[in-house]
Amino acid sequence: MSEQAKSSDSSVPRGILGSNALKSYLGAYGFMAPAGILVIVFFLIPVAIVLYLSLTNLASSNFTSNLAIMEFIGLKNYQTLLNDQFARKIFFNTIFYVLVTLSIFNVSLALLVSLLTTHIDRSAGFVFRALWILPRITSPVVYILIWKRMIAEAPFGIINQFNEALGQPTYNYISTNPWVFVVVVNGFIGVSFGMIIFTSAIESIPKDLLNASLVDGSSKLQRIRYVIMPLIRWPLLFVVTYQTLSLLTSFVEIQLLTDGGPGLYRTEVWSLTAYHRALSNYFGNAQWGYGSAFAVLLVMIGVVLAVIYMRVFRFDELIAEPRVEAL
Amino acid sequence: MKVTIDNLSKKFGDVIGVENLTLHIEDGEFVAFLGPSGCGKTTTLLTLAGIYKPTDGVIRFGERVVNTVQPKDRNIGMVFQSYALYPHMTVFQNIAYPLKLKKVSKADQHDRVRQVANVMGIGELLDRRPGQLSGGQQQRVALGRALVKEPDVLLFDEPLSNLDARLRLTMRGEIKHLQKDLGITSIYVTHDQVEAMTMADRIAVMSGGHLQAFDSPDELYDRPKTQFVAGFVGNPPMNFVDVSVQASNGRFFAETESLRLEVQAARGAPPASYDGPVVMGIRPEDIQIASNGSVSGEIFVVEPLGREDLIDVRVGRHSFLLLADTEDRHQAGERVSLAFDMEQAQFFDPKTEKSLLWQ
Ligand SMILES: Nc1ncnc2c1ncn2[C@@H]1O[C@H](COP(=O)(O)OP(=O)(O)OP(=O)(O)O)[C@@H](O)[C@H]1O
Ligand SMILES: [Mg+2]
Repeated sequence: MSEQAKSSDSSVPRGILGSNALKSYLGAYGFMAPAGILVIVFFLIPVAIVLYLSLTNLASSNFTSNLAIMEFIGLKNYQTLLNDQFARKIFFNTIFYVLVTLSIFNVSLALLVSLLTTHIDRSAGFVFRALWILPRITSPVVYILIWKRMIAEAPFGIINQFNEALGQPTYNYISTNPWVFVVVVNGFIGVSFGMIIFTSAIESIPKDLLNASLVDGSSKLQRIRYVIMPLIRWPLLFVVTYQTLSLLTSFVEIQLLTDGGPGLYRTEVWSLTAYHRALSNYFGNAQWGYGSAFAVLLVMIGVVLAVIYMRVFRFDELIAEPRVEAL
Repeated sequence: MKVTIDNLSKKFGDVIGVENLTLHIEDGEFVAFLGPSGCGKTTTLLTLAGIYKPTDGVIRFGERVVNTVQPKDRNIGMVFQSYALYPHMTVFQNIAYPLKLKKVSKADQHDRVRQVANVMGIGELLDRRPGQLSGGQQQRVALGRALVKEPDVLLFDEPLSNLDARLRLTMRGEIKHLQKDLGITSIYVTHDQVEAMTMADRIAVMSGGHLQAFDSPDELYDRPKTQFVAGFVGNPPMNFVDVSVQASNGRFFAETESLRLEVQAARGAPPASYDGPVVMGIRPEDIQIASNGSVSGEIFVVEPLGREDLIDVRVGRHSFLLLADTEDRHQAGERVSLAFDMEQAQFFDPKTEKSLLWQ
């Protein structure tokens, strides 16, 4: 009502107002279109297809591309999944893998590296950070080959050659400690992301603020605790959120290193299962429908987690308020 | 606390921040560092604070050499131009921070913060965050934070330059009053000479990383030892003209092709014995527009300053700035005659830029 009153009071004729509004709408959508189309084509449509597939029993044994013949089996795949004795193990594997890698490497070690390299000579700090980026920019296949070569059984593995030289027993690391290496291998890649974000956040704290803390009587450690850490809270939360989601969906390195083994699903994670079921001839039969059910659940878990993070950390507030520069 | 700086140098690679600075600052003294942008004021201050390590030289607080002492062990308070308040802490937490680091008990922290906040007139703002304060209020908080731990030395880095002119005037008075009250040795960096002249007991004039002069405001104004100091101190700035000073029959005259001004013997003798032309300096307030003036010129431009007009008068190829009453309503293009008060004239060696009158 008040809206109407306002527009009739206005001296601007309605027609012109309307076409202006239309123009600005079209303009806004026009600018959003490229990103919007990409999201639709490469995310929404595939999700819809996967969602549909997860409600069929499509597999390589009964393959058809004719939607009419595809057998629609409702939620049966999800039922099977919930009763699958291995799904539970894989679920907890995934939680373990994400939590441990995230907390030790993607956040803590990243923070440690950023703090150390911003407290030493600038160029030395730069060199150290560059080294930590290497795992990220190396092709995963090459990177995993390097690791495999390092931890291979005697007499090929480099670590085992040292063991031999020192008269120590040799180990088959992949079968004795698969999780250690899955976490370490992924962690070394994960450090660089947080490190870059944290470093730039620390570097963008005004110099005066850092000097003021020292003059006020803090040691460098106290300054980290009372000034630097609170001021990089936003990037910290961002890295936690973002890296949780990306760890949940990453499986290439695990696939190349252990392929979910050794034995039955020892290091299998959810996203890898989706791949195994749907695309890799694990039992000689690619179960596209069943694999899609795994994928759909993963997307749902991701979305739920993202929403929880946004709520708990109140991202909207953090973004709305100027952060470091909030003076 | 006495602060003694001997031959202090701070270099950043090849860049000279400050070089060979020697200053002896008395206990309880208020010293201003005055100089143009980039002359090394902040560098000197941060070196005193212990943020930078001196490249060379010795700094003493009292008798203690503090060259390698950490900032936290120097018991200094510092106020920054940007205020440098911690954005994530409330005003209370900001002021209490130095006390918390000193492990003062919670109750004592509370009392001392309240007390300082009341002195600074920010008692009602303690629960706010810096982002919710005006510039002037932030400045008070910053000052409170510097004072709360009762420092031996207070350092100010252009603390008022982000405030509006009126507030600057008020804060100027308050800081000076507070400093005299507490008797804390203070070093105040500024490039605003009015601030330096009105607040400081002594002013260290710096330029290009070097100390130009270290004297009381009056000394600097009346007896500048270098041409740089003469030109930098005083607003509007001193007029400079190349003249040759001649002696004839025991009288002295400063001459150019369009000027001939008599100088008394005390001021005229040193430049007269100098071989060649010298630089004469005369302040705007020592030139009057007067009907019986000895020099005639033409008004080039009139800039009203409110109380007075700043007038640029051209005499031959020289130009002189001077001040005149607005009531006189001078206009550009008007021909006027000028009277020079030559008892205030300064003379400088054109090569060394040193004063020929004062050493
Ligand atoms: N950290 C640094 N690294 C390299 N050079 C520096 C550094 N800090 C200052 N300088 C240089 O030292 C000189 C003095 O700088 P300083 O900041 O002390 O000037 P200032 O007198 O405080 O100027 P302003 O009035 O603009 O604040 C300048 O030439 C500056 O470029
Ligand atoms: Mg400065």
